[in-house]
Parts: sequence; structure tokens; C-alpha cells
Amino acid sequence: MNELKTTTVEVRLPTRMGYEKVAMSTAASVAKLMGFPEDRIEDLKTAVAEACINAIEHGNRLNEKLSVGVVLRAEPDALEVKVIDDGTGIGKKPAKPDIDRKLHGEEDPRGMGMFLIQALVDEAEWVTGLDGKSSYVRLLIKLDKDAE
Amino acid sequence: MQSETKSRVDQLTAPSGHPVAALRFEGDIASTSKDAVLGAYQSLPKETTRLILLDFTGVDYINSSGIALVIQLLIEAANASQKVYCFGLSTHFTKVFTMVGITKYAGIFPTQAEALAAL
Repeated sequence: MNELKTTTVEVRLPTRMGYEKVAMSTAASVAKLMGFPEDRIEDLKTAVAEACINAIEHGNRLNEKLSVGVVLRAEPDALEVKVIDDGTGIGKKPAKPDIDRKLHGEEDPRGMGMFLIQALVDEAEWVTGLDGKSSYVRLLIKLDKDAE
Repeated sequence: MQSETKSRVDQLTAPSGHPVAALRFEGDIASTSKDAVLGAYQSLPKETTRLILLDFTGVDYINSSGIALVIQLLIEAANASQKVYCFGLSTHFTKVFTMVGITKYAGIFPTQAEALAAL
């Protein structure tokens, strides 16, 4: 898969916890074919898993009648992943988790998904669809992070 | 779809002579792992357990809900004046635990032998 052309892979997940691992595996396979190093593939797997968990839990509110779309677009120099749900998007991004506040019971121990996503990929943006009935998170991981 | 989390407790002795409780996890650590993580921790006798090792050698998937369970364990351990250490994490999850700040409250070691030697 070294030719310089764009390839798209799509996966549709049930709204059920645990199925984020299907998206993780698919993203890892595509990234491996593109030549990403192992450590970046691990970063991508965690970011994709967290994006899918958010879509299942918060976007689709665990409604099993809905599904989560995952679109992986392999470009010559980067892999873009969109995770699409039927939610209305995020109101505002949560603050960076503070372990001291968590340990002292001043902050919920949960709520680290978005922080991990942002920290592990090169670009992350949360987009609300124009109809207000769907939203997606777009992740971008660059093949040669240091080449800029 | 998630691989069930299994856990067991082993009682060890550090080279220094201190008794240590090792909580060994296997499978995924996710939102469904509450009993395996917190239940196993809560089964330890609080009066006599001062040092706890969390063994992640058999774990290959931890998500943010799983990390939250580890943080809840750390909260309960801190309230009981217990010290917690981790070993067996992959390079990636060592990085993730460092990023979220867990290393501030739980030392991370590559292996059980290195963890025990430091206690």
C-alpha cells in the first residue's frame, strides 16, 4: 500500500459497548498497511476507541437502534478517522483532567476520553452536523509527524 | 465483546520483608470491570494491607472507564493510607498512565521483581 492514492474504509458499529474494539482493530490494520510505527498505531487505537465509546455512550445514548459510523481515509501522508453518531455534539470541551482534584474527590474520576484523544493524535475536532441531528469527531494522525 | 476481566490476589513478601498484596488482572479493563478491579481491592483486609501491587501483565486493553476504576482504587487506597504500585503495563499504557497523572500517586515498574525491590 505504498502507492500515493487515497483509500477509504468504512465500518458501521452497533451502539453497544465493546464494539469500539472492532474500529480499533480496523484502524490499526489500515495504519499498519500505511507504514505507521507501532507506537503511533497504539496511540491511534486508544484515540479511536475513546471516540467510539463517546459516540456509543453520549452521542447515541446507548440506543441500540442507532449505529456508529467510522470512516477511515488513508492519504499519502496521513490517516483521517471520522467517528459519526446521531447525537447533537458536545456543548463545550471538558477541562483537562486534574489528577489531584480527582484523588481529592473534587472531580469525577471519569471524563478522560476527550483528553486522551487530543493528546494522542495530531489533530482532533468535534463537529456538529448542519441538521443538528448528527455529529462527528475527526481525528488525524500524520505518517511522519516530525516532517513539518 | 469485551474480554471479561479476571482478577486474583497473591500475598507476597518484598526483599525488605514487607508484606505485599498483588492484585493480578487479566483481560480488558473497561466499564464492566468494576467488580474485578474495585471488588478485588475491597476484598483485601484494610487493617493489615499497607502495600499493594497492581499487575497488568495479562491486560492488553484499558479504556478511559478502566482508568477511572484504577483512579477510584487509588482514592480508596489513599483514604486507607495504603501505597499502590503498578507493573506489567505495556509501553503505551505506561505513557497513558503518565499522561493522566496516575504516576503521581502510584509508582510504575516494568516487572514485579523491580517493583518488589523498591518496596
